[in-house]
Amino acid sequence: MARAISTPRKVTLTAVAWIIGLLIFFPILWTILTSFKPEAQAIADPPMFLSFDWTLENYAVVQERSDYLRYLMNSVFLSIGSTVLGLLIAVPAAWSMAFVPARRTKDVLMWMLSTKMMPPVGVLVPIYLIFRDTGLLDSRVGLTVVLMLINLPIIIWMLYTYFREIPGEILEAARMDGAGLKEEILYVLTPMAVPGIASTILLNIILAWNEAFWTLNLTAANAAPLTAFIASYSSPEGLFYAKLSAASIMAIAPILIMGWFSQKQLVRGLTFGAVK
Amino acid sequence: MGQITLSQVRKSFGEVHVIPGVDLTIEDGEFVVFVGPSGCGKSTLLRLIAGLEDTTSGIIAIDGKDATALPPAKRGLAMVFQSYALYPHMSVRKNIAFPLKMAGMSESEQATRVERAAKVLNLTSYLDRRPGQLSGGQRQRVAIGRAIVREPAAFLFDEPLSNLDAALRVGMRQEITELHQSLKTTMVYVTHDQVEAMTMADKIVVLNAGRIEQVGSPLELYRAPVNQFVAGFIGSPKMNMISGAEAAKYAAATIGIRPEHILVSKTEGTWKGTVGVSEHLGSDTFLHIHDTGIEDTITVRASGEMAVHSGDTVWLTPDLEKLHKFDVNGLRIASPMLQKAGAS
Repeated sequence: MARAISTPRKVTLTAVAWIIGLLIFFPILWTILTSFKPEAQAIADPPMFLSFDWTLENYAVVQERSDYLRYLMNSVFLSIGSTVLGLLIAVPAAWSMAFVPARRTKDVLMWMLSTKMMPPVGVLVPIYLIFRDTGLLDSRVGLTVVLMLINLPIIIWMLYTYFREIPGEILEAARMDGAGLKEEILYVLTPMAVPGIASTILLNIILAWNEAFWTLNLTAANAAPLTAFIASYSSPEGLFYAKLSAASIMAIAPILIMGWFSQKQLVRGLTFGAVK
Repeated sequence: MGQITLSQVRKSFGEVHVIPGVDLTIEDGEFVVFVGPSGCGKSTLLRLIAGLEDTTSGIIAIDGKDATALPPAKRGLAMVFQSYALYPHMSVRKNIAFPLKMAGMSESEQATRVERAAKVLNLTSYLDRRPGQLSGGQRQRVAIGRAIVREPAAFLFDEPLSNLDAALRVGMRQEITELHQSLKTTMVYVTHDQVEAMTMADKIVVLNAGRIEQVGSPLELYRAPVNQFVAGFIGSPKMNMISGAEAAKYAAATIGIRPEHILVSKTEGTWKGTVGVSEHLGSDTFLHIHDTGIEDTITVRASGEMAVHSGDTVWLTPDLEKLHKFDVNGLRIASPMLQKAGAS
């Protein structure tokens, strides 16, 4: 929409946007800076902004003390595994809700969303006991299933919204053309929903990557992902801010880089259907 | 082969009975048009034949075989949708080949058939484009191409021309008719446009509130409509309906006379009236006549040369041979003369 905006107004708006942006980014920036400080300067008062002795020592120590790669691989396994598993369930579920809705479909959708309103700690004990009794504690498979279930409502909701945008007539045309349910989903629905599915995948990977509650409570050593890796540098080990920062940066870097490169896709996906 | 038989087909959505029970036979090779006002159930009936909706009860047979429970893919029918329903992520070539791919046809056979269909429909130079890069008429042709490649038992068209502009619509109307003449395959065509119905159909099925009002050739419906609904629906402008004392003179509850069957004169005639709005089409002039004392407005089709102005007094004379009589229930009162006209 063309709308005339005066120059002073434009300057003010830009400045405000930058300030808000920097404010939001500041904690991450500060963590990055701290990770390059010697431990003593990390807790210096007043804080040192750029004029400290830059060092890579923290990264070296963190890498030496814990097996970063193992945590990383666990994170990758959990986030991708839970996403793939989630999609296998969510695509057919969202298809049925979008294209053959029943009388209670809306209620089912609301019910699924309502499970996200409950604090996870409310079901910690039963899930912990189930995991203990089935030998799933500290296993990647068990945790993958839990992370998938945690994010399933969101995946289904997102896909449902995207699928609703696809004209039903196209799927009917596929049916008339001889496509069975499998071909219809594989050749017509999925390719048409690619932007939506892609952003769902991205969001779910990010959510699973950052999930800490379940990963901390259900893992010890074998299946522990990067969230557990960061946690291992927090207070029980002493207040080593610089090392904690280095560990945090190492943990969030992969997902931050992925998010950065896919931000266009992510934003398009998240606002899909909002504007037509 | 493509004979379709509907026996007591019903469709209800909950408490709403969209199709209360239809019996109809569509013969092999026929061009049948379902026509009726919006919401009369014509699209639903087509979708029942296609298998996109399940019947509540009744039997749909295709070539004598019960197809009621068959999924759309197994009925051997092809459908062209109002929105074209092309696959936006596939090229024209892949769109047309899709039903062949689903049928498990070999790549070379697919290519041959796609080329042939594209040639028939003048799409050869667009085969590698995406639907988004085509005009409305071209998209419509791709949709038809996708339907003809698989050589179906019958084609189903669901208001295929309503998204096209008027000029293109006339052209496509002709193309579909020509296609029918060359393929000689059964076609079932849904439209709310009675001009399309009249110009294309071998047989018209007039629907109202899910019921079949009349089945017949375009001229049968025009000449001998079985009731007031069909009389009013077929023909443009609509037939004039006159009830009351004037109708009683002809021993009917209502009489109907088409605008083209009324003679206009400035000097003498049966009914006297005043000219209201006149619509000059060049070839014809449609006059809306008021103050006749028999009905609010009577529409008359006069010659394009006739010079009349708003407010002029004119005399109208109905052609009695073409007068339609209806009883209190709106049903046609048969007259020997008109029956002869209807049969001819």
